Amino acid sequence: MTLLTVEDLSIEFGGLKAVDGVNFNVEAGKIVSVIGPNGAGKTTLFNMLSGLYTPSRGRVTLAGKDVTNQPPYKLARLGMSRTFQNLQIFLQMSVLENVMAGCHLTEGRHIVTDLLGLPASGRRTRQSMKDALGLLERIGLQSHATDEASGLSYGALKRLEIARALAVRPQLLLLDEPAAGCNAVETEEIDHLIAEIAAEGVAILLVEHDMKLVMKISDHVIVLDQGMKITEGLPTEVAQNPKVIEAYLGVKATEEVHNALG
Amino acid sequence: MKLTKLSPKILTLLALALLVIIAPMFFPSSFYYRIGALIFINGLAVIGLVILVGYAGQISLGHAGFVGIGAYSCALAPEHLGISPVLAVFLGAFLSGLLAWLVGRPILRLRGHYLAVATLGFGILIYMVLSNEAQWTGGPDGMAVQATGLKALLKSMGFKVSASEMWYWIAAVVMMIGALIALNLHTSPTGRALRSLHDSEVAAGTVGVNVANYKLSAFVISAIYTSVSGSELALMNRFISPDVAGFLHSVELLTMTVLGGAATVFGAVIGAAILTSLPQVLTVLHDFEHIVLGLIMMLVMIFMREGLVPSLAKILRRRPK
Ligand SMILES: Nc1ncnc2c1ncn2[C@@H]1O[C@H](COP(=O)(O)OP(=O)(O)O)[C@@H](O)[C@H]1O
Ligand SMILES: [Mg+2]
Repeated sequence: MTLLTVEDLSIEFGGLKAVDGVNFNVEAGKIVSVIGPNGAGKTTLFNMLSGLYTPSRGRVTLAGKDVTNQPPYKLARLGMSRTFQNLQIFLQMSVLENVMAGCHLTEGRHIVTDLLGLPASGRRTRQSMKDALGLLERIGLQSHATDEASGLSYGALKRLEIARALAVRPQLLLLDEPAAGCNAVETEEIDHLIAEIAAEGVAILLVEHDMKLVMKISDHVIVLDQGMKITEGLPTEVAQNPKVIEAYLGVKATEEVHNALG
Repeated sequence: MKLTKLSPKILTLLALALLVIIAPMFFPSSFYYRIGALIFINGLAVIGLVILVGYAGQISLGHAGFVGIGAYSCALAPEHLGISPVLAVFLGAFLSGLLAWLVGRPILRLRGHYLAVATLGFGILIYMVLSNEAQWTGGPDGMAVQATGLKALLKSMGFKVSASEMWYWIAAVVMMIGALIALNLHTSPTGRALRSLHDSEVAAGTVGVNVANYKLSAFVISAIYTSVSGSELALMNRFISPDVAGFLHSVELLTMTVLGGAATVFGAVIGAAILTSLPQVLTVLHDFEHIVLGLIMMLVMIFMREGLVPSLAKILRRRPK
Protein backbone atom coordinates (compact mmCIF):
# COMPACT_ATOMS: atom_id res chain seq x y z
CA MET A 1 0.00 0.00 0.00
CA THR A 2 1.27 3.46 -0.84
CA LEU A 3 1.39 5.58 2.31
CA LEU A 4 3.05 8.73 1.04
CA THR A 5 2.94 10.16 -2.46
CA VAL A 6 5.05 13.15 -3.38
CA GLU A 7 4.32 14.82 -6.72
CA ASP A 8 6.30 17.58 -8.39
CA LEU A 9 7.28 19.01 -4.99
CA SER A 10 9.25 22.25 -5.30
CA ILE A 11 10.35 25.23 -3.24
CA GLU A 12 12.44 28.30 -3.96
CA PHE A 13 14.36 30.55 -1.62
CA GLY A 14 14.88 33.87 -3.39
CA GLY A 15 15.56 32.31 -6.77
CA LEU A 16 17.41 29.28 -5.40
CA LYS A 17 15.50 26.13 -6.31
CA ALA A 18 16.22 24.17 -3.15
CA VAL A 19 13.86 21.36 -4.16
CA ASP A 20 12.75 21.11 -7.76
CA GLY A 21 9.98 18.86 -9.11
CA VAL A 22 10.60 15.86 -6.88
CA ASN A 23 8.37 12.76 -7.21
CA PHE A 24 8.39 9.54 -5.21
CA ASN A 25 6.28 7.11 -3.19
CA VAL A 26 6.76 5.49 0.18
CA GLU A 27 5.10 2.13 0.80
CA ALA A 28 3.83 1.19 4.26
CA GLY A 29 6.43 -0.53 6.38
CA LYS A 30 9.34 0.16 4.00
CA ILE A 31 12.59 1.99 4.63
CA VAL A 32 13.19 4.60 1.96
CA SER A 33 16.43 6.59 2.09
CA VAL A 34 17.05 10.00 0.60
CA ILE A 35 20.71 10.58 -0.15
CA GLY A 36 22.62 13.38 -1.80
CA PRO A 37 25.51 15.78 -1.12
CA ASN A 38 25.26 18.57 1.44
CA GLY A 39 22.86 21.26 0.29
CA ALA A 40 21.04 18.86 -2.07
CA GLY A 41 17.73 19.78 -0.45
CA LYS A 42 17.09 16.74 1.76
CA THR A 43 16.24 18.66 4.93
CA THR A 44 14.21 21.15 2.92
CA LEU A 45 12.25 18.24 1.46
CA PHE A 46 11.58 16.96 4.99
CA ASN A 47 10.53 20.43 6.12
CA MET A 48 7.95 20.59 3.35
CA LEU A 49 6.66 17.07 4.02
CA SER A 50 6.24 17.83 7.72
CA GLY A 51 4.45 21.12 7.15
CA LEU A 52 7.21 23.51 8.29
CA TYR A 53 7.81 24.99 4.83
CA THR A 54 5.12 25.80 2.28
CA PRO A 55 5.96 24.31 -1.10
CA SER A 56 5.78 26.68 -4.06
CA ARG A 57 4.52 23.84 -6.24
CA GLY A 58 3.47 20.21 -5.99
CA ARG A 59 1.40 17.90 -3.87
CA VAL A 60 1.85 15.62 -0.89
CA THR A 61 -0.63 12.81 -0.23
CA LEU A 62 -0.58 10.92 3.07
CA ALA A 63 -2.72 7.78 3.42
CA GLY A 64 -4.91 8.93 0.55
CA LYS A 65 -5.44 12.48 1.87
CA ASP A 66 -4.05 15.59 0.22
CA VAL A 67 -1.97 17.11 3.01
CA THR A 68 -0.10 19.80 1.09
CA ASN A 69 0.12 22.96 3.25
CA GLN A 70 -1.24 21.24 6.35
CA PRO A 71 0.28 22.49 9.63
CA PRO A 72 2.60 20.09 11.50
CA TYR A 73 0.13 19.27 14.25
CA LYS A 74 -2.46 18.06 11.75
CA LEU A 75 0.14 15.90 10.01
CA ALA A 76 0.99 14.37 13.38
CA ARG A 77 -2.69 13.46 13.78
CA LEU A 78 -2.57 11.78 10.39
CA GLY A 79 0.34 9.65 11.50
CA MET A 80 3.51 11.50 10.55
CA SER A 81 6.32 12.30 12.96
CA ARG A 82 9.95 13.22 12.55
CA THR A 83 13.34 13.94 14.06
CA PHE A 84 15.62 16.86 13.28
CA GLN A 85 19.11 17.12 11.87
CA ASN A 86 19.69 20.07 14.20
CA LEU A 87 18.29 18.69 17.43
CA GLN A 88 14.99 20.09 18.66
CA ILE A 89 14.98 18.72 22.20
CA PHE A 90 12.82 20.18 24.98
CA LEU A 91 15.86 21.22 26.98
CA GLN A 92 14.03 22.39 30.10
CA MET A 93 12.35 19.02 30.55
CA SER A 94 13.64 15.76 31.91
CA VAL A 95 14.53 12.93 29.54
CA LEU A 96 11.28 11.16 30.44
CA GLU A 97 9.17 14.28 29.96
CA ASN A 98 10.60 14.76 26.48
CA VAL A 99 9.15 11.42 25.46
CA MET A 100 5.93 12.06 27.41
CA ALA A 101 5.52 15.28 25.42
CA GLY A 102 5.39 13.02 22.38
CA CYS A 103 2.31 11.34 23.85
CA HIS A 104 0.33 14.57 23.42
CA LEU A 105 -2.14 13.14 20.91
CA THR A 106 -3.12 10.14 23.02
CA GLU A 107 -3.49 12.43 26.05
CA GLY A 108 -5.90 14.75 24.27
CA ARG A 109 -6.83 18.31 25.16
CA HIS A 110 -8.56 18.64 28.54
CA ILE A 111 -7.44 21.98 29.91
CA VAL A 112 -9.94 22.41 32.74
CA THR A 113 -9.36 18.86 34.01
CA ASP A 114 -5.64 19.59 34.05
CA LEU A 115 -5.99 22.97 35.79
CA LEU A 116 -8.13 21.46 38.53
CA GLY A 117 -5.86 18.46 38.87
CA LEU A 118 -8.78 16.04 38.61
CA PRO A 119 -8.02 12.31 38.82
CA ALA A 120 -8.42 11.92 35.05
CA SER A 121 -5.52 14.32 34.57
CA GLY A 122 -3.22 12.18 36.71
CA ARG A 123 -4.40 9.03 34.93
CA ARG A 124 -3.46 10.43 31.54
CA THR A 125 -0.07 11.48 32.84
CA ARG A 126 0.60 8.07 34.38
CA GLN A 127 -0.36 6.32 31.14
CA SER A 128 2.03 8.56 29.18
CA MET A 129 4.73 7.91 31.74
CA LYS A 130 4.31 4.19 31.29
CA ASP A 131 4.44 4.45 27.50
CA ALA A 132 7.41 6.81 27.64
CA LEU A 133 9.36 4.54 30.00
CA GLY A 134 8.81 1.67 27.58
CA LEU A 135 10.23 3.75 24.75
CA LEU A 136 13.19 4.89 26.86
CA GLU A 137 13.97 1.28 27.58
CA ARG A 138 13.93 0.61 23.88
CA ILE A 139 16.57 3.26 23.19
CA GLY A 140 18.57 2.29 26.27
CA LEU A 141 18.01 5.50 28.22
CA GLN A 142 15.71 4.22 30.99
CA SER A 143 18.41 4.81 33.61
CA HIS A 144 18.49 8.51 32.60
CA ALA A 145 14.72 9.02 32.80
CA THR A 146 14.80 11.66 35.50
CA ASP A 147 17.96 13.43 34.27
CA GLU A 148 17.71 16.82 32.65
CA ALA A 149 17.66 16.34 28.90
CA SER A 150 20.33 19.03 28.50
CA GLY A 151 22.85 16.76 30.22
CA LEU A 152 22.71 13.92 27.68
CA SER A 153 25.40 13.20 25.10
CA TYR A 154 24.78 14.08 21.46
CA GLY A 155 24.23 10.47 20.45
CA ALA A 156 21.77 9.96 23.31
CA LEU A 157 19.84 13.07 22.29
CA LYS A 158 19.56 11.73 18.74
CA ARG A 159 17.99 8.56 20.11
CA LEU A 160 15.80 10.56 22.47
CA GLU A 161 14.33 12.36 19.45
CA ILE A 162 13.52 9.01 17.89
CA ALA A 163 11.77 7.88 21.08
CA ARG A 164 9.76 11.11 21.19
CA ALA A 165 8.78 10.69 17.54
CA LEU A 166 7.72 7.09 18.22
CA ALA A 167 5.53 8.26 21.12
CA VAL A 168 3.37 9.95 18.47
CA ARG A 169 2.65 6.39 17.22
CA PRO A 170 3.38 7.27 13.61
CA GLN A 171 2.66 5.36 10.45
CA LEU A 172 5.39 7.32 8.74
CA LEU A 173 8.59 8.37 10.49
CA LEU A 174 10.98 10.93 8.99
CA LEU A 175 14.54 10.62 10.31
CA ASP A 176 16.96 13.40 9.35
CA GLU A 177 20.53 12.12 9.81
CA PRO A 178 19.84 10.07 12.96
CA ALA A 179 23.38 8.70 13.05
CA ALA A 180 25.24 11.96 12.37
CA GLY A 181 27.87 12.58 15.03
CA CYS A 182 27.41 9.14 16.54
CA ASN A 183 30.24 6.70 17.08
CA ALA A 184 30.33 3.25 15.51
CA VAL A 185 28.58 1.55 18.44
CA GLU A 186 25.82 4.15 18.56
CA THR A 187 25.38 3.95 14.79
CA GLU A 188 24.99 0.20 15.08
CA GLU A 189 22.31 0.69 17.77
CA ILE A 190 20.42 3.18 15.63
CA ASP A 191 20.68 0.81 12.69
CA HIS A 192 19.01 -1.97 14.74
CA LEU A 193 16.41 0.43 16.08
CA ILE A 194 15.38 1.60 12.60
CA ALA A 195 15.10 -1.96 11.30
CA GLU A 196 13.00 -2.90 14.32
CA ILE A 197 10.64 0.05 13.86
CA ALA A 198 10.17 -0.80 10.19
CA ALA A 199 9.51 -4.43 11.08
CA GLU A 200 6.58 -3.23 13.17
CA GLY A 201 5.02 -1.79 10.04
CA VAL A 202 6.08 1.85 10.34
CA ALA A 203 7.25 3.37 7.05
CA ILE A 204 10.55 5.21 7.38
CA LEU A 205 11.92 8.00 5.27
CA LEU A 206 15.58 8.32 6.13
CA VAL A 207 18.22 10.91 5.37
CA GLU A 208 21.65 9.59 6.26
CA HIS A 209 25.23 10.18 5.22
CA ASP A 210 26.54 6.89 6.55
CA MET A 211 26.48 4.93 3.29
CA LYS A 212 27.10 1.63 4.98
CA LEU A 213 23.96 2.13 7.05
CA VAL A 214 21.90 3.32 4.09
CA MET A 215 22.89 0.48 1.79
CA LYS A 216 22.33 -2.11 4.47
CA ILE A 217 18.86 -1.20 5.71
CA SER A 218 17.10 0.59 2.84
CA ASP A 219 14.43 -1.02 0.70
CA HIS A 220 14.60 1.84 -1.72
CA VAL A 221 16.96 4.78 -2.27
CA ILE A 222 16.22 8.20 -3.75
CA VAL A 223 19.12 10.37 -4.88
CA LEU A 224 18.85 14.15 -4.78
CA ASP A 225 21.33 16.57 -6.27
CA GLN A 226 20.85 20.33 -6.36
CA GLY A 227 17.19 19.97 -5.50
CA MET A 228 16.41 17.42 -8.23
CA LYS A 229 15.91 13.70 -8.04
CA ILE A 230 18.58 12.21 -10.28
CA THR A 231 17.61 8.59 -9.80
CA GLU A 232 15.94 6.11 -7.51
CA GLY A 233 15.87 2.35 -7.08
CA LEU A 234 17.20 -0.52 -5.05
CA PRO A 235 20.36 0.24 -3.06
CA THR A 236 22.45 -1.94 -5.38
CA GLU A 237 21.06 -0.25 -8.50
CA VAL A 238 21.62 3.23 -7.16
CA ALA A 239 25.14 2.46 -6.03
CA GLN A 240 26.06 1.38 -9.53
CA ASN A 241 24.39 4.26 -11.35
CA PRO A 242 27.15 6.35 -12.98
CA LYS A 243 25.21 9.58 -12.47
CA VAL A 244 25.10 8.94 -8.74
CA ILE A 245 28.76 8.05 -8.55
CA GLU A 246 29.62 11.23 -10.39
CA ALA A 247 27.27 13.57 -8.52
CA TYR A 248 27.65 12.28 -5.07
CA LEU A 249 29.41 9.15 -4.11
CA GLY A 250 32.85 9.76 -5.51
CA VAL A 251 35.51 7.08 -5.69
CA LYS A 252 36.10 6.69 -1.98
CA ALA A 253 32.44 6.35 -1.09
CA THR A 254 31.90 3.90 -3.94
CA GLU A 255 34.50 1.65 -2.40
CA GLU A 256 32.74 1.96 0.91
CA VAL A 257 29.48 0.88 -0.67
CA HIS A 258 31.04 -2.12 -2.35
CA ASN A 259 32.62 -3.12 0.93
CA ALA A 260 29.28 -2.72 2.64
CA LEU A 261 27.58 -4.89 0.09
CA GLY A 262 30.36 -7.41 0.49
CA MET B 1 8.89 10.55 55.49
CA LYS B 2 11.89 12.20 53.92
CA LEU B 3 11.34 15.72 52.66
CA THR B 4 12.86 14.98 49.27
CA LYS B 5 10.30 12.22 48.72
CA LEU B 6 7.51 14.79 48.52
CA SER B 7 6.52 15.99 45.09
CA PRO B 8 7.58 19.52 44.11
CA LYS B 9 3.90 20.44 44.10
CA ILE B 10 3.35 19.48 47.75
CA LEU B 11 6.68 21.02 48.76
CA THR B 12 5.81 24.34 47.16
CA LEU B 13 2.36 24.42 48.72
CA LEU B 14 3.77 23.54 52.15
CA ALA B 15 6.45 26.21 51.88
CA LEU B 16 3.90 28.83 50.83
CA ALA B 17 1.49 27.84 53.62
CA LEU B 18 4.28 28.08 56.19
CA LEU B 19 5.29 31.47 54.84
CA VAL B 20 1.72 32.72 55.05
CA ILE B 21 1.19 31.46 58.60
CA ILE B 22 4.55 32.31 60.12
CA ALA B 23 5.09 35.79 58.63
CA PRO B 24 2.45 37.55 60.83
CA MET B 25 4.33 36.41 63.97
CA PHE B 26 7.06 38.85 63.00
CA PHE B 27 4.81 41.75 62.09
CA PRO B 28 5.55 44.67 64.47
CA SER B 29 2.36 46.51 63.42
CA SER B 30 -0.79 45.99 61.43
CA PHE B 31 0.76 48.02 58.60
CA TYR B 32 2.76 44.91 57.72
CA TYR B 33 -0.42 42.95 57.07
CA ARG B 34 -1.08 45.40 54.28
CA ILE B 35 2.32 44.81 52.74
CA GLY B 36 1.80 41.07 53.12
CA ALA B 37 -1.54 41.32 51.33
CA LEU B 38 0.08 43.35 48.54
CA ILE B 39 2.76 40.68 48.17
CA PHE B 40 0.15 37.94 47.79
CA ILE B 41 -1.92 40.02 45.37
CA ASN B 42 1.12 40.68 43.21
CA GLY B 43 2.14 37.06 43.73
CA LEU B 44 -1.12 35.91 42.17
CA ALA B 45 -0.56 38.04 39.07
CA VAL B 46 3.03 36.83 38.82
CA ILE B 47 1.94 33.17 39.07
CA GLY B 48 -0.28 33.92 36.08
CA LEU B 49 2.73 35.31 34.24
CA VAL B 50 4.74 32.22 35.17
CA ILE B 51 2.19 30.20 33.17
CA LEU B 52 2.57 32.54 30.19
CA VAL B 53 6.30 33.31 30.37
CA GLY B 54 7.80 30.42 32.28
CA TYR B 55 5.68 27.55 30.99
CA ALA B 56 4.71 28.66 27.47
CA GLY B 57 7.69 30.93 26.75
CA GLN B 58 5.66 33.91 25.57
CA ILE B 59 6.12 37.49 26.72
CA SER B 60 3.67 40.23 27.64
CA LEU B 61 4.43 43.85 28.40
CA GLY B 62 0.75 44.66 28.69
CA HIS B 63 -0.62 42.41 31.40
CA ALA B 64 -1.31 45.34 33.71
CA GLY B 65 -4.13 46.03 31.26
CA PHE B 66 -5.89 42.99 32.72
CA VAL B 67 -5.15 44.24 36.24
CA GLY B 68 -7.00 47.36 35.16
CA ILE B 69 -9.97 45.42 33.82
CA GLY B 70 -10.23 43.38 37.00
CA ALA B 71 -9.93 46.48 39.17
CA TYR B 72 -12.41 48.65 37.27
CA SER B 73 -14.91 45.80 37.03
CA CYS B 74 -15.07 45.87 40.81
CA ALA B 75 -15.36 49.63 40.80
CA LEU B 76 -17.93 50.02 38.01
CA ALA B 77 -20.13 46.91 38.05
CA PRO B 78 -21.51 47.40 41.59
CA GLU B 79 -22.30 51.03 40.79
CA HIS B 80 -23.87 50.60 37.35
CA LEU B 81 -25.09 47.01 37.29
CA GLY B 82 -25.92 46.72 40.94
CA ILE B 83 -24.05 43.43 41.40
CA SER B 84 -22.03 42.80 44.53
CA PRO B 85 -18.33 43.72 44.46
CA VAL B 86 -17.36 40.10 45.11
CA LEU B 87 -19.38 38.93 42.11
CA ALA B 88 -17.71 41.66 40.07
CA VAL B 89 -14.42 39.80 40.55
CA PHE B 90 -15.83 36.98 38.43
CA LEU B 91 -17.25 39.39 35.89
CA GLY B 92 -13.83 41.05 35.56
CA ALA B 93 -12.14 37.66 35.20
CA PHE B 94 -14.61 36.69 32.49
CA LEU B 95 -14.13 39.98 30.61
CA SER B 96 -10.35 39.71 30.86
CA GLY B 97 -10.41 36.14 29.62
CA LEU B 98 -12.66 37.08 26.73
CA LEU B 99 -10.56 40.08 25.76
CA ALA B 100 -7.36 38.02 26.01
CA TRP B 101 -8.93 35.45 23.74
CA LEU B 102 -9.92 38.07 21.15
CA VAL B 103 -6.66 40.02 21.27
CA GLY B 104 -4.46 36.96 21.67
CA ARG B 105 -5.49 35.39 18.38
CA PRO B 106 -3.78 37.95 16.14
CA ILE B 107 -1.09 39.06 18.63
CA LEU B 108 0.30 35.65 19.53
CA ARG B 109 1.28 34.97 15.93
CA LEU B 110 4.12 37.37 16.66
CA ARG B 111 7.27 36.31 18.43
CA GLY B 112 9.94 37.82 20.66
CA HIS B 113 10.36 41.59 20.27
CA TYR B 114 7.32 41.87 18.04
CA LEU B 115 5.11 40.19 20.60
CA ALA B 116 6.57 42.41 23.32
CA VAL B 117 5.72 45.57 21.35
CA ALA B 118 2.22 44.37 20.43
CA THR B 119 1.33 43.49 24.04
CA LEU B 120 2.84 46.81 25.12
CA GLY B 121 0.46 48.54 22.73
CA PHE B 122 -2.46 46.57 24.11
CA GLY B 123 -1.62 47.60 27.68
CA ILE B 124 -1.30 51.24 26.72
CA LEU B 125 -4.65 51.07 24.96
CA ILE B 126 -6.41 49.85 28.12
CA TYR B 127 -4.64 52.49 30.17
CA MET B 128 -5.74 55.21 27.75
CA VAL B 129 -9.35 54.08 27.82
CA LEU B 130 -9.36 54.03 31.63
CA SER B 131 -7.84 57.48 31.95
CA ASN B 132 -9.79 59.12 29.09
CA GLU B 133 -13.31 57.86 29.79
CA ALA B 134 -13.55 60.22 32.76
CA GLN B 135 -17.35 60.18 32.95
CA TRP B 136 -17.16 56.48 33.80
CA THR B 137 -13.79 56.01 35.46
CA GLY B 138 -13.11 59.38 37.02
CA GLY B 139 -10.17 59.74 34.64
CA PRO B 140 -6.57 59.92 35.87
CA ASP B 141 -7.76 60.85 39.38
CA GLY B 142 -9.31 57.44 39.81
CA MET B 143 -12.49 56.46 41.60
CA ALA B 144 -13.76 55.03 44.85
CA VAL B 145 -14.75 51.37 45.16
CA GLN B 146 -17.71 50.12 47.18
CA ALA B 147 -17.02 48.13 50.31
CA THR B 148 -17.35 44.37 50.00
CA GLY B 149 -19.26 44.14 53.25
CA LEU B 150 -16.98 41.26 54.25
CA LYS B 151 -15.62 43.07 57.26
CA ALA B 152 -19.09 43.92 58.53
CA LEU B 153 -20.09 40.32 57.97
CA LEU B 154 -17.14 39.08 60.01
CA LYS B 155 -17.97 41.56 62.75
CA SER B 156 -21.56 40.37 62.92
CA MET B 157 -20.21 36.87 63.36
CA GLY B 158 -18.16 38.03 66.29
CA PHE B 159 -14.70 38.32 64.58
CA LYS B 160 -13.10 41.70 65.03
CA VAL B 161 -10.25 42.04 62.56
CA SER B 162 -8.67 45.05 60.92
CA ALA B 163 -9.20 45.48 57.18
CA SER B 164 -5.49 44.87 56.55
CA GLU B 165 -5.57 41.67 58.54
CA MET B 166 -8.65 40.44 56.70
CA TRP B 167 -7.12 41.18 53.30
CA TYR B 168 -3.90 39.48 54.32
CA TRP B 169 -5.78 36.21 54.77
CA ILE B 170 -8.05 36.64 51.75
CA ALA B 171 -5.12 37.43 49.45
CA ALA B 172 -3.17 34.51 50.92
CA VAL B 173 -5.97 32.02 50.29
CA VAL B 174 -6.61 33.28 46.76
CA MET B 175 -2.90 33.11 45.99
CA MET B 176 -2.66 29.58 47.37
CA ILE B 177 -5.53 28.52 45.11
CA GLY B 178 -3.76 30.17 42.18
CA ALA B 179 -0.55 28.37 43.11
CA LEU B 180 -2.34 25.02 43.37
CA ILE B 181 -3.87 25.45 39.91
CA ALA B 182 -0.55 26.47 38.35
CA LEU B 183 1.20 23.52 40.00
CA ASN B 184 -1.51 21.12 38.80
CA LEU B 185 -0.96 22.47 35.32
CA HIS B 186 2.82 22.10 35.38
CA THR B 187 2.94 18.31 35.47
CA SER B 188 -0.27 17.75 33.50
CA PRO B 189 -0.61 16.92 29.79
CA THR B 190 -1.61 20.53 29.07
CA GLY B 191 1.38 21.78 31.05
CA ARG B 192 3.76 19.59 29.06
CA ALA B 193 2.26 20.89 25.82
CA LEU B 194 2.81 24.48 26.98
CA ARG B 195 6.35 23.76 28.13
CA SER B 196 7.12 21.99 24.87
CA LEU B 197 6.36 25.09 22.86
CA HIS B 198 8.55 27.09 25.24
CA ASP B 199 11.56 25.00 24.19
CA SER B 200 10.79 24.33 20.52
CA GLU B 201 7.65 25.39 18.71
CA VAL B 202 8.77 23.35 15.73
CA ALA B 203 9.11 20.14 17.72
CA ALA B 204 5.90 20.85 19.63
CA GLY B 205 4.04 21.02 16.33
CA THR B 206 5.48 17.76 15.08
CA VAL B 207 4.27 15.88 18.18
CA GLY B 208 0.77 17.19 17.51
CA VAL B 209 0.57 20.30 19.69
CA ASN B 210 -1.66 22.96 18.15
CA VAL B 211 0.84 25.71 18.90
CA ALA B 212 -1.45 28.71 18.26
CA ASN B 213 -4.23 27.29 20.45
CA TYR B 214 -1.99 26.45 23.37
CA LYS B 215 -0.34 29.87 23.30
CA LEU B 216 -3.80 31.39 23.38
CA SER B 217 -4.82 29.19 26.32
CA ALA B 218 -1.78 30.34 28.31
CA PHE B 219 -2.57 33.96 27.44
CA VAL B 220 -6.19 33.64 28.57
CA ILE B 221 -5.32 31.81 31.80
CA SER B 222 -2.66 34.36 32.73
CA ALA B 223 -5.07 37.21 31.93
CA ILE B 224 -7.60 35.74 34.38
CA TYR B 225 -4.99 35.47 37.15
CA THR B 226 -3.91 39.06 36.58
CA SER B 227 -7.49 40.29 36.48
CA VAL B 228 -8.31 38.70 39.84
CA SER B 229 -5.24 40.36 41.35
CA GLY B 230 -6.52 43.72 40.04
CA SER B 231 -9.94 43.07 41.57
CA GLU B 232 -8.38 42.28 44.94
CA LEU B 233 -6.34 45.46 44.75
CA ALA B 234 -9.43 47.56 44.08
CA LEU B 235 -11.48 45.93 46.81
CA MET B 236 -8.71 46.17 49.39
CA ASN B 237 -7.77 49.78 48.65
CA ARG B 238 -11.41 50.87 48.18
CA PHE B 239 -10.00 53.13 45.51
CA ILE B 240 -8.55 52.65 42.05
CA SER B 241 -6.70 54.78 39.49
CA PRO B 242 -5.58 53.98 35.91
CA ASP B 243 -1.96 53.62 37.07
CA VAL B 244 -2.59 49.96 37.98
CA ALA B 245 -3.09 49.34 34.27
CA GLY B 246 -0.02 51.34 33.29
CA PHE B 247 3.13 50.28 31.53
CA LEU B 248 5.20 50.55 34.70
CA HIS B 249 3.00 48.04 36.47
CA SER B 250 3.34 45.61 33.54
CA VAL B 251 7.10 45.92 33.72
CA GLU B 252 7.02 45.52 37.49
CA LEU B 253 5.03 42.26 37.22
CA LEU B 254 7.32 40.91 34.51
CA THR B 255 10.40 41.83 36.55
CA MET B 256 8.99 39.96 39.56
CA THR B 257 8.43 36.95 37.31
CA VAL B 258 11.95 36.89 35.95
CA LEU B 259 13.65 37.84 39.22
CA GLY B 260 12.16 34.94 41.17
CA GLY B 261 12.65 32.47 38.31
CA ALA B 262 10.19 32.57 35.45
CA ALA B 263 9.41 28.87 35.46
CA THR B 264 8.54 28.25 39.11
CA VAL B 265 5.50 29.10 41.19
CA PHE B 266 7.57 29.48 44.34
CA GLY B 267 9.90 31.83 42.48
CA ALA B 268 6.90 33.91 41.48
CA VAL B 269 5.97 34.52 45.11
CA ILE B 270 9.57 35.25 46.11
CA GLY B 271 9.93 37.69 43.20
CA ALA B 272 6.70 39.40 44.23
CA ALA B 273 7.79 39.48 47.87
CA ILE B 274 11.16 41.04 47.11
CA LEU B 275 9.98 43.71 44.69
CA THR B 276 6.94 44.59 46.80
CA SER B 277 8.73 44.84 50.14
CA LEU B 278 12.18 46.03 49.10
CA PRO B 279 11.06 49.57 48.18
CA GLN B 280 9.56 49.84 51.68
CA VAL B 281 12.76 48.62 53.29
CA LEU B 282 15.00 50.73 51.09
CA THR B 283 13.23 53.98 51.97
CA VAL B 284 15.89 54.33 54.68
CA LEU B 285 18.35 54.92 51.84
CA HIS B 286 16.33 57.93 50.72
CA ASP B 287 17.53 59.07 47.31
CA PHE B 288 19.52 55.92 46.68
CA GLU B 289 16.50 53.64 46.95
CA HIS B 290 15.95 53.20 43.23
CA ILE B 291 19.64 52.89 42.47
CA VAL B 292 20.03 50.04 44.95
CA LEU B 293 16.90 48.34 43.66
CA GLY B 294 18.13 48.56 40.07
CA LEU B 295 21.54 47.29 41.10
CA ILE B 296 20.08 44.26 42.88
CA MET B 297 18.03 43.40 39.82
CA MET B 298 21.03 43.71 37.51
CA LEU B 299 23.20 41.55 39.74
CA VAL B 300 20.59 38.82 39.97
CA MET B 301 20.21 38.76 36.20
CA ILE B 302 23.99 38.70 35.62
CA PHE B 303 24.82 36.03 38.18
CA MET B 304 21.56 34.07 38.40
CA ARG B 305 20.10 34.17 34.95
CA GLU B 306 17.45 31.59 35.69
CA GLY B 307 16.18 33.73 38.56
CA LEU B 308 16.67 33.54 42.31
CA VAL B 309 14.80 30.38 43.23
CA PRO B 310 16.04 28.00 40.49
CA SER B 311 19.63 29.26 40.86
CA LEU B 312 19.66 28.89 44.63
CA ALA B 313 18.06 25.46 44.36
CA LYS B 314 20.86 24.39 42.03
CA ILE B 315 23.56 25.68 44.37
CA LEU B 316 21.97 23.82 47.29
CA ARG B 317 21.72 20.61 45.29
CA ARG B 318 25.35 20.83 44.26
CA ARG B 319 26.53 20.99 47.88
CA PRO B 320 27.89 17.66 49.12
CA LYS B 321 25.36 15.93 51.36
N1 LIG C 1 14.98 28.60 5.18
C1 LIG C 1 15.85 28.69 4.16
N2 LIG C 1 16.09 29.89 3.58
C2 LIG C 1 16.95 30.00 2.55
N3 LIG C 1 17.63 28.98 2.04
C3 LIG C 1 17.45 27.76 2.56
C4 LIG C 1 16.55 27.55 3.66
N4 LIG C 1 16.56 26.23 3.98
C5 LIG C 1 17.43 25.65 3.14
N5 LIG C 1 17.96 26.55 2.28
C6 LIG C 1 18.92 26.27 1.19
O1 LIG C 1 18.41 25.18 0.47
C7 LIG C 1 19.47 24.32 0.06
C8 LIG C 1 19.22 22.93 0.55
O2 LIG C 1 19.47 22.86 1.95
P1 LIG C 1 19.17 21.58 2.82
O3 LIG C 1 17.81 21.10 2.50
O4 LIG C 1 19.45 21.91 4.23
O5 LIG C 1 20.25 20.55 2.28
P2 LIG C 1 20.65 19.10 2.84
O6 LIG C 1 19.77 18.78 3.99
O7 LIG C 1 20.45 18.20 1.67
O8 LIG C 1 22.10 19.19 3.21
C9 LIG C 1 20.75 24.93 0.59
O9 LIG C 1 21.36 25.67 -0.44
C10 LIG C 1 20.27 25.82 1.71
O10 LIG C 1 21.13 26.90 1.88
MG1 LIG D 1 20.21 18.37 5.95
